[in-house]
Amino acid sequence: MVGPEGKELPPGRGTAKEGAEIFAKRCALCHGRNGEGGSAQRLVLGSPGIPHRSPFKDTEKSATSYYPYPTIAWDYINRAMPANKPGSLTPDEVYAVVAFLFYRNGIIQESDVLDAKSLPKIEMPNRNGFVPAVPVWPPDPKKPSWF
Amino acid sequence: MDSNRSGRRRFLKHAAALAGLAAGAAPPASGQSAGSEAQPKDVHIHGEPSRFATTPGSGRGVRLRLDHMTYYTPLQDSAGIITPASLHFMQTHSSRLPDIDPQQHRLTIHGMVDRPLSFTLEELKRLPSVSRIYFVECHGNGSSVLHGTDDPKMGLPVQYIHGMTSCSEWTGVPLSMLLNEAGVQKGAGWLVSEGADEGKFTHTLPLAKAMDDVIVAYAQNGEPIRPEQGYPLRLLVPGFEGPSSVKWLRHIKVVDQPYMTWNESMNHSIPRPDLGGKSRWYHFEMAPKSVITRPSGGLKIPGRGFYEITGLAWSGGGAIRKVEVSTDGGRSWKEANLQTPVLPKAHTRFTFDWAWDGEEAVLQSRCTDDQGEVQPSLAELYRNWGITDVASQKTSRAIHINAIQPWRVDRDGSVHDAMFS
Repeated sequence: MVGPEGKELPPGRGTAKEGAEIFAKRCALCHGRNGEGGSAQRLVLGSPGIPHRSPFKDTEKSATSYYPYPTIAWDYINRAMPANKPGSLTPDEVYAVVAFLFYRNGIIQESDVLDAKSLPKIEMPNRNGFVPAVPVWPPDPKKPSWF
Repeated sequence: MDSNRSGRRRFLKHAAALAGLAAGAAPPASGQSAGSEAQPKDVHIHGEPSRFATTPGSGRGVRLRLDHMTYYTPLQDSAGIITPASLHFMQTHSSRLPDIDPQQHRLTIHGMVDRPLSFTLEELKRLPSVSRIYFVECHGNGSSVLHGTDDPKMGLPVQYIHGMTSCSEWTGVPLSMLLNEAGVQKGAGWLVSEGADEGKFTHTLPLAKAMDDVIVAYAQNGEPIRPEQGYPLRLLVPGFEGPSSVKWLRHIKVVDQPYMTWNESMNHSIPRPDLGGKSRWYHFEMAPKSVITRPSGGLKIPGRGFYEITGLAWSGGGAIRKVEVSTDGGRSWKEANLQTPVLPKAHTRFTFDWAWDGEEAVLQSRCTDDQGEVQPSLAELYRNWGITDVASQKTSRAIHINAIQPWRVDRDGSVHDAMFS
């Protein structure tokens, strides 16, 4: 499990171009050729160079650009994808697929190299789209429970 | 108290020292099980309901999707407060369940701890245990989109709208004991737990809650937890939204901040108009809620005269203090009887004596918990969230909906969902 700071990320690297090939072989069958969705969720919103920004409609939440941290996509794809063989991608392949998705969502350039150092530094377009900004427990007694 | 505690710590150390030995000590009795497979199944061994016992027209609701499986608790047939393990709701983010041999399964506690620990099921069962009655409710239970469902496989309305809540006696080890044994380091404030299912379900839990009343559970209603409920181990986080109670539990990692893993960032957050389109996330606790389970949508009252209204009430904030029932569409409310026991963070059964006069009636229940919080109407709840127009109220996928449920009784005795009509 990889946290927001990416401390647990392993060595490895990947680019969107490498990711496009892996995505076509391992992901496109369910998620569509360019991540537009199919039998499984849509992963792309916005387009290269033009990220989608808040607000997101409920049906748009599956796009990689919705996530507050860049590490979330890496962590989930690494542990749980592809659905027919979870955990079978190498770290290089996971970096590459994430680079491809971030490129298609307009978050990074096609030439950007993702690795343990560069990935956590990516600024996500919806970073401030969540309330409360820092989750708390026990809850703030001033807030009603429906909040 | 202190000497008790140190005695418990010594016990744990002793158990840990023996753990390596215990893991390989008992080979499975494979010869025996191979022979028994050829025998016809003796239905009395675990028991089955009478073939006459199902309520006509009901049955258990099921919803199967490529990335989801949902089995609802048939609340219309429920009695008392305990849900049979076989009828506990299941909502899972994959289309297959893991089939786990406990001899191959380990629960590890690691991250920001002085002594990382690893346990088999048998090792956990040697430790001091607790048994407590708690509800588990999916935070999507009661979502508005469910009201319009017209899928006969999903059963009657009370279960496909509200049947993602169930209540069981859970037995296991207090998580606080395991964390104390592992030695949580300074600066830690959160836990991330992971299941061994194909989707590797993960969820973040505040350390303060983990040290309070969370159980690492291995039994439910007196038997081993069933595969649908996380065999061999699950977290049971009382009063919190269902996804906190991670099933098929294999990792607990102690960390310094919420990890906001995929499920919680993507699936478990909802954009809200009152937040300027930003998403509410980490809405941990389930608010007070009640629902009349009988009579309810799809059932028929056979004739005028006495008919006991009954239902369930529960709150993640504590115990239910009061349930009121209205039979006239909310114009007047009268207090219902609460069946004992009334337990915190558990279903509470209420009953209300009623004589149907044969005229149209709208039945509702409204609960108050021991924090003084009152169950709202859907209009009140949506007004708070800035959801104003009726069209988007009907289609809203909002989670944490604890609104009052109205059932309309027509003059022919048929009962209908009246949330939006």
